[in-house]
Amino acid sequence: MSKILIRGAKVLGGEQQDVLIDGSVIEAVGTGLSAEGAEVVEAGGKVLLPGLVDLHTHLREPGREDSETVLTGTRAAASGGYTAVFAMANTFPVADTAGVVEQVYRLGQESGYCDVQPIGAVTVGLEGKKLAELGAMHESAAGVTVFSDDGKCVDDAVIMRRALEYVKAFGGVVAQHAQEPRLTEGAQMNEGIVSAELGLGGWPAVAEESIIARDVLLAEHVGSRVHICHLSTAGSVEIVRWAKSRGIDVTAEVTPHHLLLTDEMVRTYNPVYKVNPPLRTERDVMALREALADGTIDIVATDHAPHPHEDKDCEWAAAAMGMVGLETALSVVQQTMVETGLLDWAGVADRMSVKPAQIGRANGHGRPVSAGEPANLVLVDADYRGAVDPAGFASRSRNTPYEGRELPGRVTHTWLRGKATLVDGKLA
Amino acid sequence: MMRHLISAADLTRDDAVLILDTAEEMARVADRPIKKLPALRGRTICNLFFEDSTRTRISFEAAEKRLSADVINFAAKGSSVSKGESLKDTAQTLEAMGVDAVVIRHGASGAPYRLATSGWIDAPVINAGDGTHQHPTQALLDAFTMRRRLVGRDAGLGKDLEGKRITLVGDVLHSRVARSNVDLLHTLGAEVTLVAPPTLVPVGVETWPCEVSYDLDSTLPKSDAVMMLRVQRERMNAAFFPTEREYSRRYGLDGDRMAKMPEHAIVMHPGPMVRGMEITAEVADSDRCTVIEQVANGVSIRMAVLYLLLGGNEPAVTHTRTEEK
Amino acid sequence: MDISSSDEARPVLEGPDIARVMTRIAHEIVERAKGAEDVVLLGIPTRGVFLARRLADKLEEITGQKIPVGSLDITMYRDDLRMHPPRALARTEIPADGIDGRLVVLVDDVLFSGRTIRAALDALNDIGRPRAVQLAVLVDRGHRELPIRADYVGKNLPTSLRETVKVQLAEEDGRDSVLLGAKRTAPAGEQ
Repeated sequence: MSKILIRGAKVLGGEQQDVLIDGSVIEAVGTGLSAEGAEVVEAGGKVLLPGLVDLHTHLREPGREDSETVLTGTRAAASGGYTAVFAMANTFPVADTAGVVEQVYRLGQESGYCDVQPIGAVTVGLEGKKLAELGAMHESAAGVTVFSDDGKCVDDAVIMRRALEYVKAFGGVVAQHAQEPRLTEGAQMNEGIVSAELGLGGWPAVAEESIIARDVLLAEHVGSRVHICHLSTAGSVEIVRWAKSRGIDVTAEVTPHHLLLTDEMVRTYNPVYKVNPPLRTERDVMALREALADGTIDIVATDHAPHPHEDKDCEWAAAAMGMVGLETALSVVQQTMVETGLLDWAGVADRMSVKPAQIGRANGHGRPVSAGEPANLVLVDADYRGAVDPAGFASRSRNTPYEGRELPGRVTHTWLRGKATLVDGKLA
Repeated sequence: MMRHLISAADLTRDDAVLILDTAEEMARVADRPIKKLPALRGRTICNLFFEDSTRTRISFEAAEKRLSADVINFAAKGSSVSKGESLKDTAQTLEAMGVDAVVIRHGASGAPYRLATSGWIDAPVINAGDGTHQHPTQALLDAFTMRRRLVGRDAGLGKDLEGKRITLVGDVLHSRVARSNVDLLHTLGAEVTLVAPPTLVPVGVETWPCEVSYDLDSTLPKSDAVMMLRVQRERMNAAFFPTEREYSRRYGLDGDRMAKMPEHAIVMHPGPMVRGMEITAEVADSDRCTVIEQVANGVSIRMAVLYLLLGGNEPAVTHTRTEEK
Repeated sequence: MDISSSDEARPVLEGPDIARVMTRIAHEIVERAKGAEDVVLLGIPTRGVFLARRLADKLEEITGQKIPVGSLDITMYRDDLRMHPPRALARTEIPADGIDGRLVVLVDDVLFSGRTIRAALDALNDIGRPRAVQLAVLVDRGHRELPIRADYVGKNLPTSLRETVKVQLAEEDGRDSVLLGAKRTAPAGEQ
């Protein structure tokens, strides 16, 4: 059976409509569509969105298959409503050659749960010293267009300038992990009232903001586009807003956890809240939400960072940084943006599907829900309420900061080019 | 009700006064021919030291032994920890051997809190200093020393440090002693002033219950006690101050500066002192310097804490620390 | 024990009675100790300490010499230490010349189970080696649980376990008296 009729779905949160999928393509969108010859999925008023696209995922393969593999990571992605993920380059070996990015790309194709678009490292070994073969990675089967040393900052201004310039030749973009390294030596959490009390090394906002300021000016100077990873402070928002007002070609992402959690959580000393960049203050959270709503911040990206249990079941200083996020991202965005009235569902589709696909040039993703488009779709039960239970995660890792927390919404179905990857909340 | 002592901030005024009063009775045991009390007979306490600190470890050990506890000393150096064993596994191993309480010193801020709250072990946890976070028994012994000197031994019983002006000088940023003291002294009604170069004061200090000054000379005449914090010479290399000489000149305590203090005022130091850096020999060896008393008082305070937390079927100290805080 | 809530509490000794029995005990001590030269009085906090001081005054009146008096806190030697939250410690104050080779007279207000005195004997053990130890109490209410008896008793007071004995002394309570009352009815099974 190659036809699927999704009956009674609120497309982008609007009026209930039927969507008919034929093969890998949306055949029709309308009311009262015939179910003849089609498998029927009763949406019953659930929200239908284009499949989500994550510009910032750590799949850990090759090298750290104990925390995640391309297969488990893409299964987690499908569970969270994603049809495409961009896999960060900080694997072992680093994805800094055509060989490694092609391997990740092929593993993604084999998994079948979502498209995997490898991100190439900007510099060899993420060491910030020598440009990696960016052109070769672009020309490889993986067709890399996004380059990032994420986890590390490209802190050398000259290297950053050259990278920004160089990728113009093939329409690439550099995604910067903005962290001034000297200002963050020994840093363990946001520097402020809480770090002063807890005696944990402070991670000042200026360490992020100074790099963003430098990089938008560099991008302006050389006429390149630049993407800012996981923007986390109110000051960063101001700089990006200013840059956009000057016409600088900058895009920015925010993670779900920076939209919800603050450094107050660190008072528990529970390393599940340890993340890079660190959780900031209430004021920052509010500024980030507002910036995502007004478009200053273009997209939500998960920074899904799986870690094995033992890397979090320890004292704060010894713990790894990062949180899993693929399977909770949409719920957090619903809580922080939709239920607060800051974004409607069309806005969510824009920030979590359309724009990330545009920034990363993910063809066939982030398309309108209309006839003739690829059937990359996700069905969301927005009325659902439930506590997060990591035991049910498809990800190999469980390092979520939301365990036991009640979050709204649940992804029930995901289709990748017409093929169901998630049905009734269960992986196909 | 919790059974741990993790932070000086967790103690109420009444808890703190009870500990000081109890320590006053414990101190008298030191004058007896048999310096021993039976309160913790049959209880096993493990001193779990991940950081070298001979003086704190010995102080706890003396306190434990005077209360008749069985003592196990575990130093991370040369142990399973240096072979990569985690804090969790180490603690669980010790508990499996029948340890009734853990005294922990750790280089990572929050490690004792983690040990007490993660469900790894059931035993009570006493923080003997964690990273740059807290060192509650140090703050208690400092308050005990102040009360004895500024209020009186017997006259101080039942009393706090209401209205006493305490000045802490030095590397506040990296000091668990400073954090613990600010919390406890505030609880006990004292007025605390921190004096340091701005580089050694943490961002976020503005919410602490104390004043901050960059000028030692103007603060000294208004101080009943001046506590000098240790300043590590290495800080110079990280540009916290230009030279050792300049630091000493601006923030060191010498005889001339000490003369600006009121007659009754005392000089304190948590030790070990860096003579010539934050304190001159003239000051360190003067009658006004309580550094040796502080060491003796440390044993009494630790006896009091151990007795009040472990001596009965539940702790006498009622402090609570909630997850929501 | 809150005596005010016990309606039936009635005095069995009043101020003058207490003064009289303390005088008698002082005489008995002098008689049995053949003078009081090596006597050291140690009161058990709280009220035993006041009684010890009163005894010392009487002994001085009788013998004309100063009798060393101190206090002995038994908190940490109690056999029920682990059954309650830790109690605040009271003062142990041993006279300057110590107790070695002396006749120590322990002084307490009420002798009941005998467990307090056992704890006091243990505590003494950590302080020195007296020539002998004797016990003086204001009231002996019986119901011993250990083989302990008092050498000097102000008043033998036969009681039932349902009754409470409360000693009030001017130093602590503003007046002198010994009150016998009924225990407030405890819920079944509490005893």
